[in-house]
Amino acid sequence: MRDIIRMIVVLAVLAACSGGLLAAVKSGTAAKIEVQQLTFVKGPAIQEILKGCTNNPIEDRFKLKVGDEEKTFFVGKFDNTPPAVVYETFGKGFAGDVGIMVGVNIETDKLIGIGITTHSETPGLGARAKTDRGFKESFQGLSIKDAIKVNKDGGNVDSISGATVTSRGVCTGITGSSDMYQELKPKIMENVKAFGS
Amino acid sequence: MAKTIVQEFTKGLWDEIPPFRLVLGLCPVLAVTKTLGNGVGMGVAATFVLLCSNILVSALRSVIPGKVRVPCFIIIIATFVVVVELVMQAVAYPLFLQLGIFIPLIVVNCIILGRAEAFAFKNGVAAAAADGLGIGAGFTISLAALGALREILGSGTLSIPFSDSVIQMFGPDFQPFSFMIEAPGAFVCLGLMLGVMNLAGK
Repeated sequence: MRDIIRMIVVLAVLAACSGGLLAAVKSGTAAKIEVQQLTFVKGPAIQEILKGCTNNPIEDRFKLKVGDEEKTFFVGKFDNTPPAVVYETFGKGFAGDVGIMVGVNIETDKLIGIGITTHSETPGLGARAKTDRGFKESFQGLSIKDAIKVNKDGGNVDSISGATVTSRGVCTGITGSSDMYQELKPKIMENVKAFGS
Repeated sequence: MAKTIVQEFTKGLWDEIPPFRLVLGLCPVLAVTKTLGNGVGMGVAATFVLLCSNILVSALRSVIPGKVRVPCFIIIIATFVVVVELVMQAVAYPLFLQLGIFIPLIVVNCIILGRAEAFAFKNGVAAAAADGLGIGAGFTISLAALGALREILGSGTLSIPFSDSVIQMFGPDFQPFSFMIEAPGAFVCLGLMLGVMNLAGK
């Protein structure tokens, strides 16, 4: 009996110490990991959308509260055209959530470009949403205020052949963020101005 | 029997060099050594876990009851693996993306559990630390050698560990021997290196 108690105590104490150490390391590295993910996962999509911007959008970012969550907005400044903000939203793809970076011109409310960050779509089909230029470019110039649809549903977006579900998911994801964007618009304008343009 | 600390360290570099002499932990050895940078990154991560778990297992060896020693080892090892995973994400994110699933899999790397069971649980802290450092260094050297060989032949480049720079080894006309990058190439490389080592050891 004493043996059993000793085993339980040793294991429990060891596991508790391990949990404590991990919690400390996790909270200690959280901020750095966020920056790394911004640079290496979201960064490339943001840079592509804001091609030719004169600032560093990864550094010029601000957070706004949406319900209980915080949303990060990245600011892109241009020489001749009005500034744009990029934010991430999620749509339902064929196999789980698809992370979409949406770039919006804040004066005209038109999309300047989109990019895919995280997804688990089928390689060769839905996964092409991340690389297919024609698909991504067909979003350019559409208004965030309108419902965005693929051409099969009467919209303007060329869906990727063999990946209608993914294409629809991206469209509904962007459309779904429209209310949030319009509601936060005054705050977004305020914050963008703070970065100077 | 009583070996010195130095001997405990140096045995890991040749006599008991992990993938070649102990032929343990082959999964990460074959899977991640596509480039020199990946090999060294994996080696350093495994060395850290090995060193820390050896020290802790050795320090706690009178407290841990024999019957539950393996679960205790696993808790200790898993803790340090998660620490490595988090730290790597914080400081070397591209390397973390490259190594991917093989970082969490260090938990089940039999070199680490093997050293905890066979050595650290029976020896003092200093000897266990020397053993962990030696075996870890041997593991890192093996991975680096295998990674460099496969990268030079398979892609004609050499990536410098812990940086983004890549050296082009040959001119633009070089046709990469892409077989070396695939899994069978890893087996062939490992076999040839093992053969050369046995020959040299005679």
